[in-house]
Amino acid sequence: MTETAETPLAHPSIPDFVAEESLPRESRLSRPLDTLIRGVGPVVLALIAGGILLLALGRNPVTFYGDIYQGGITHDAWQDTVMRMAPLLLIAAGLVFIFRANIWNLGYDGQFMLAAAMIAGFAPKLEAHLAVWLSLVLLFLVAGVTGALWTVVPALLKAYSGVNEIITTLMMTFIGLSLANVLVKGPFQDPTINTPQTTALPLSGMLPNIPHTRVHVGILVAFAVILIVHYVLTRTSLGLRLRVLGANPRTAVHAGIGVKRLIVTAFLVSGFLIGLAAAAEILGIWGYVRADTNFQYGDAVIPFVFLARLNALAVVPFVAFYSLLSIGGEQATQNANLPTDFLLLIVGLILLFMSLTEYFGRKRDLGGSYLTAGLAQALRRKAENA
Amino acid sequence: MHELLKQAVLTALVSGALVAGVPLMFTSLGELISERAGVLNIGLEGMMLFGAYAGFVGAYYGHSSWLGYLTGIAGGTFIALFMVVFCVWLGLDQIVVGIALTIGAEGVTSTLDGAQFSTTRPRLGSVPTVSIPGLSHISVIGPSVFSQPLVVYLGLALVGLVAWIFRSTNVGLNLRAAGEKPEALDAAGVSVLATRSWAALCAGALAGLGGAYLSIAGAGVFVPFMTQGRGFMGIVLAMLARGRPIWVIIGSLLFGISLSITTALQLAGINIPIDYAFMLPFVAVMLALIIFGRRSYLPPALALPYLRGSR
Repeated sequence: MTETAETPLAHPSIPDFVAEESLPRESRLSRPLDTLIRGVGPVVLALIAGGILLLALGRNPVTFYGDIYQGGITHDAWQDTVMRMAPLLLIAAGLVFIFRANIWNLGYDGQFMLAAAMIAGFAPKLEAHLAVWLSLVLLFLVAGVTGALWTVVPALLKAYSGVNEIITTLMMTFIGLSLANVLVKGPFQDPTINTPQTTALPLSGMLPNIPHTRVHVGILVAFAVILIVHYVLTRTSLGLRLRVLGANPRTAVHAGIGVKRLIVTAFLVSGFLIGLAAAAEILGIWGYVRADTNFQYGDAVIPFVFLARLNALAVVPFVAFYSLLSIGGEQATQNANLPTDFLLLIVGLILLFMSLTEYFGRKRDLGGSYLTAGLAQALRRKAENA
Repeated sequence: MHELLKQAVLTALVSGALVAGVPLMFTSLGELISERAGVLNIGLEGMMLFGAYAGFVGAYYGHSSWLGYLTGIAGGTFIALFMVVFCVWLGLDQIVVGIALTIGAEGVTSTLDGAQFSTTRPRLGSVPTVSIPGLSHISVIGPSVFSQPLVVYLGLALVGLVAWIFRSTNVGLNLRAAGEKPEALDAAGVSVLATRSWAALCAGALAGLGGAYLSIAGAGVFVPFMTQGRGFMGIVLAMLARGRPIWVIIGSLLFGISLSITTALQLAGINIPIDYAFMLPFVAVMLALIIFGRRSYLPPALALPYLRGSR
């Protein structure tokens, strides 16, 4: 499989993964410009390509993108955009954490919706017995643990049987989505409403707002988590071990790292953070979960996690941009009489253009890579030899 | 009454298994070809979905299911073309591009469908079937099993053809070498890139055909996101088939049965929520992976770009 295959052992004295970051690389372009091109270029290209498709469908792209700005920033809309950032940032934190180890957790949708269903179901019961602040804290924990538990099977299969985690996490996502439906239509359904959904929380039972705004405090949780994840990944031994594992699994074994345990840890943390994302969204905005919903936030976050080069802090501006795109996009797609899934197309295009930039970057020797050091290095070595 | 009910249940189970299993069969056969040649096709879901859309559009405007299958194949191949250029020629990450293609295809099909059909929601008529004389008169299962659209028989023949190609032809040997040891293939004077390109295009064509079957013969209508993870299931099936095409048929039928079992049970008066039905095939896959996980086989050069002269 991908990660075990022919990445040669690093030189013992200067491990590659350290050299990768600390030694300055020669580059024809200045660093800031380089970063700008690699970070923003794919997004701009995707928006242009999306605009061409809009033209082909007989819609006016200028109006469309103008509507996005209007619907996402002006008047009060920026507050919605900030609120949308909360779950996206938490998912991004979970993905950055595990992608650093070069492990693919693609089961985010299942982890998210299952956690959402669990807390939406338990919230009314819990709040009837406990103080609101205590039950909110407990619900965040329940969501996190649910998300983490949903990664256990892929984690164990990956660590102990070497089964490809891409496949297993995808399978668990589909099971998780159906299971969330079973819960929402079954034990958690509000019997007083015809449409299958959980009992809605009263406004007093939701996350409190930041004073003088409509923005709930989930965004503060998200920023705190981003800072913690960034600290852990860059300043602690756990972060270093994850990077070693991502750079070269064989080096990790030789360095005496408990690889199996590390894999399971990475999965659990990732699932936990994605669960928190569900808590922020449900307790902050909705207050209930309806059957057959899939927010698909994870799909949207993936390209930005790569564009930020797996750096938790760099994810923030990208997520802010996508939040604007998605909040404003709801209005814009409605005005253009198109389904909101049009935004998915833009996300896919960003990923494609990112890959292309990666290719030309390798050719022209632009700076670092979106991908983990080990993978990028193997690719670069091949490109140089070619 | 009991006898009649039993027949209805059995018919529903068997015909449902075929309707659900045939698209899986096409798709995982395609994935098997490309996996053996070393291209891991995470974008299979997107190819299938685009094939379903293109197939529906072709069948709807061309008034012919055959034209629909052709446009479905073309649609799947079109998405696979991205895979070929980005991953085989430029050597980019197959997983990132695969995810991009799946997400992009979800977006583009849903957008186009919304722009064209959101107000009309047209449906296709039923597809003519071909009955095998004799066999189709067997009571109960005869009419449901041996009376199928022609494309199903062609699909079965295709599986046999692919098995034969892999076992006894030079082309099959080249394909296998491209996944096992691309350097050796290159040294033998055969282009690895060309071999892998054709394999990836075949995967796209077959996934597109599978998607087209889903929308034309299966549902009679295109619905956004209608593949519901069948492309990913196809990847697992190809993995578990360990490179042997015949196992693709068996696997697809087993998954077809697990997809259709709720309808059958509902006919029998046992009411099971539809969500369990959606869950069942994926649970089956996970169980299969837990039990046979160690034994699933993937070629050593899978998902690694081949660049000439590199080690």
